[in-house]
Amino acid sequence: MKIIQEKHPLAIRWTHWVNFPILLIMIWSGLLIYWANDVYTVTIFGYTFVHFFPEWFYQWLHVPQRLAEGMAFHFLFMWFFTLNGIFYVLYTLVSGEWRLLLPNRHSIKEAWQVLLHDLHIRKMVPPQKKYNAAQRIAYTSIIIMGFGSVFTGLAIYKPVQFYWITWLCGGYHLARILHFALTIGYVFFFMIHIVQVVLAGWNNFRSVVSGFEVKDVPSIEEIEPVVEEQPKAQPLPVTLKKKANGKKTK
Amino acid sequence: MEKKLSKAELQELAIEKKIKRRNFISFSAFFIGAGAAFGGWKWLYDAEQETAGITAGVRKPLRRALNQTELFFRRVFSNDHKVKTYPKDRAAKNVRVNSDIGLNNDDFSAENWQLSILKNSGNVLKIGIEEIRSLPKTEIIYDFKCVEGWDQIQHWAGVRFIDFIAHYQLQEQAKMQYVGMETPDGEYYVGLDMESALHPQTLLAYEMNDKPIADVHGAPLRLIIPVKYGIKNLKRIGTISFSNQRPRDYWAEQGYDYYSGL
Repeated sequence: MKIIQEKHPLAIRWTHWVNFPILLIMIWSGLLIYWANDVYTVTIFGYTFVHFFPEWFYQWLHVPQRLAEGMAFHFLFMWFFTLNGIFYVLYTLVSGEWRLLLPNRHSIKEAWQVLLHDLHIRKMVPPQKKYNAAQRIAYTSIIIMGFGSVFTGLAIYKPVQFYWITWLCGGYHLARILHFALTIGYVFFFMIHIVQVVLAGWNNFRSVVSGFEVKDVPSIEEIEPVVEEQPKAQPLPVTLKKKANGKKTK
Repeated sequence: MEKKLSKAELQELAIEKKIKRRNFISFSAFFIGAGAAFGGWKWLYDAEQETAGITAGVRKPLRRALNQTELFFRRVFSNDHKVKTYPKDRAAKNVRVNSDIGLNNDDFSAENWQLSILKNSGNVLKIGIEEIRSLPKTEIIYDFKCVEGWDQIQHWAGVRFIDFIAHYQLQEQAKMQYVGMETPDGEYYVGLDMESALHPQTLLAYEMNDKPIADVHGAPLRLIIPVKYGIKNLKRIGTISFSNQRPRDYWAEQGYDYYSGL
């Protein structure tokens, strides 16, 4: 039979979905700004593999000649991006969700096993709570990256007033490179994230909107023969309740 | 068929109902929220441009946001916050030239050039370059930052604006909120908040790399204001004025932040 299992608290769903369009706007407006001095490439031994970005890409997204507009959007939505991030971190700290999110000493080994499993090399995955080890690492990294974007952003936004931030970022020039690299990082994160969400299926996706997953557990009748000696139907509701955090299972 | 549903079946039905109800509520909220967000974005993206004045070229709500953000960050401004300086050998030999707006007047002659200080009394103070050169000289080697995103370590020298104010006894003028500077032909002009103008690293510069400034860099006298983007570092200063209203500013009329402070 089916049971409802609570998964994502409202605050986490809220910050997740609020962040999505904000980050999109930050990346887009950042692109409008970057265009004005688009000097970054991946060059190894004098050979340029990638130029950020090719002309067709700019034309496709109508990027050219919009520096001022990009800055105006960027310096408004930076507030929402930062506040939403602060709210998320505070929530995870206060609620104790951080325990499920932060990697622990087993996480690196387990994440490797998760990766092998996802690539269909390994059959078994290690036991997990809400998030597997790879998710713990990814979701913690993305928060550190978010912090990094605000920090390197401040370093290039107010390099004189926040000279110490600029200094910690290795100077103005490096801070801009880091700020850009983090953005590329988000794009990679996003692509992997989408693939994983599709693979994980509807039940998982729904939980990020509605908060719960539907689990199939053996019904009372099905398990009856196995637990012959036990009094009828007594222990199961208790376990159910406990699993579902004692809330809203009736 | 008349047999009553078992307890388990009833429970199952109740759960199904609950799942449906919660799905409906949460997805409705989700789509309403997404719709509202999209509507908000449409509103902002299609918002009317500001009325062209001292600032222009930006959607009204975004200009309000820029001005509010300015007020927030002006609170952290301090004369104790200095731009990082470098040893002389780090300075670029080939200094980047990014703009020649205001430098294209063929009638201009550096020999006859005089700086005009427009006092609020109506008097105009005219000062020649030799006189400015005789004032205490300050050097700075720092990372010049362009609003486009590039930066370059450059070496400039001249008189600090705050020293200049003191020498010509312009303290009364400097009590006002803004300084305006324009090129002699009036083609390029900037407005500066007084605290940034009086920052100890703000220079009226006449030398670059130990030589008199070349024409393309704004001979004979230009502004070097490290607490602002390059767009505020006016080349070839013709006039300086003081005001409690924001003076006109070339790039603020083109959609850029008026403050443009670093």
